[in-house]
Amino acid sequence: MNIFVCIKQVPDTETKIKPNDKGSYIDTTGIKWITNPYDEFAIEQALLLKAANTGSVVTAIRVGGVKDTEALRTAMAMGADEAILVEAPDDLDSYSTAKALKGAMEKSGKKPDIVFCGKQAIDDDCLQVPQLLAQMLDIPSVSVIVGFEQKGEDIVVKREIEGGSLEIYELKTPCLVATNKGLNTPRYASLPGIMRAKKKPLQQMGLEEVGVSPSESKVKYSQFRLPPEKPPGKKFDAMDEAQRADVVGQVAQLLRKEAKVI
Amino acid sequence: MAKIALFTEFSDSGPKSVTLEILGKLSDHEVNVFGVGDLSSAADELKKYGATCITSLKASSLDRYSPDGYAQLIASFLKTDPFDYLFAGSTPLAKDLFPRLSGMLDVGMASEVTEMAMEGDALKASRPLFAGKILADVEVVGPKPHIYTVRPNALGMPSSPTSKDAEIKAVDEAHIDPPRAMVKELIKGLSEKVDLAEANIIVSGGRALKSSENFKILDDLANVLGATVGASRAAVDSGYAPHSMQVGQTGKTVSPTLYIACGISGSIQHLAGMRTSKVIVAVNTDPDAPIFQKTDYGIVGDLFEIVPLLTEELKKILN
Repeated sequence: MNIFVCIKQVPDTETKIKPNDKGSYIDTTGIKWITNPYDEFAIEQALLLKAANTGSVVTAIRVGGVKDTEALRTAMAMGADEAILVEAPDDLDSYSTAKALKGAMEKSGKKPDIVFCGKQAIDDDCLQVPQLLAQMLDIPSVSVIVGFEQKGEDIVVKREIEGGSLEIYELKTPCLVATNKGLNTPRYASLPGIMRAKKKPLQQMGLEEVGVSPSESKVKYSQFRLPPEKPPGKKFDAMDEAQRADVVGQVAQLLRKEAKVI
Repeated sequence: MAKIALFTEFSDSGPKSVTLEILGKLSDHEVNVFGVGDLSSAADELKKYGATCITSLKASSLDRYSPDGYAQLIASFLKTDPFDYLFAGSTPLAKDLFPRLSGMLDVGMASEVTEMAMEGDALKASRPLFAGKILADVEVVGPKPHIYTVRPNALGMPSSPTSKDAEIKAVDEAHIDPPRAMVKELIKGLSEKVDLAEANIIVSGGRALKSSENFKILDDLANVLGATVGASRAAVDSGYAPHSMQVGQTGKTVSPTLYIACGISGSIQHLAGMRTSKVIVAVNTDPDAPIFQKTDYGIVGDLFEIVPLLTEELKKILN
């Protein structure tokens, strides 16, 4: 099986984010970059599938800035066989990103049997690339999956929707699935894994090479700004039993009469 | 006047309210509200909020959701009529469907805008990025229709909707290729409540809850308020609540009218996911917890003491 897993490098969730001077994107100085958390479930599921299908090859692809190749090396340390990095601006839109991923797969000479993506990147939060990529590859896709099972020729997946309800799908390969938290527990890279990863092939490509021109962008952003700060609210001390009932009564009345939300 | 198509999901009780929120921002324009299936149950409400046309798309082969099936059906409808814009609420279904549709139509899409207004025939919109740590203006360019999805509860319901007498249409079965991914079975979740992303009131619990059983005291408060219960990442990672309940950057981003955070300290990633809530209440024993910087009403106290008292107090007020 040719298994592809698409990953992104994003700022750590605890990072403070601020706009750059021109307001054209965020200020990326000093940011700690991590593998997009949802992509870790994609990598793990790709590796589980490889283990169950001898002769499979897992290729990790990332489209983004060449700050470092950490995310791809980590994927290979976890067990991916090879990696492709398509060098692109960090703010490349979803459409061009999906097109670049498709282009890189074609250039690799491997026809995908299954593609894994995280359901969403936690930087731009667009949730578009997996489904766009599936459409461009002309294969079926299911997003937000929390269950994955290979049953003979079929792939059975569970997709999470409103209120924790689940939709069950049966897919034939080739197909794409976009993973959610809860699907599996991503493994840690072992020390021998990290050593081996250094020798695994990492191919680097330019955007033009995979058939994408940044001028094709279909979505334009401007005026990056911090959200307005809330004016300070009211704070009540109710640590002592004597104050409790009084404070709770006051807050309940404020919700009714001042905030008018109940 | 711009020509606009607006996708709606609906049930026997009418359209999803995010459809009406979007309609409220488009009152000077021609808006064709369409859905998959028979829209009659939603027609009155849609007229009241200013739809100029209501279109039911028929498809007997699509009695259950299929990403590629729905995308084909909608693409064939959109081709019959040139639209400038295509809108939808950013619901779990639309989040899955619309990127595929945008690829099929080869047009751009902006996900989950939280502010928008028509200026003449041009749309001005903005959206949060980095889970709300940043806002930016966003514009779709290139071939039309330009697709925008809108976060539920963000625009707000129009206070005085413009009622219109809409034309009712039904589009005959379009020819579509057999769906390759289609829901085979639906397993209902335990919660009958509104999903977090669409909830008007949310009561959330953090690690201080100490166990999944203790979430019952939040359920009691939520039941009095008609609220949905959420959880912080710390509570989810500790196994007290499922990931479907997680609010924050790696969970759901929410903007309810009222958000009550119980025993949640307020990490950056949690605040990012709920900071756009209109009114925020927090209960926490630590007076210096970061959550208090975002609250309208903060109570420094033990949630196990405060929450049951609050439940009783609100019960009195609401009865």
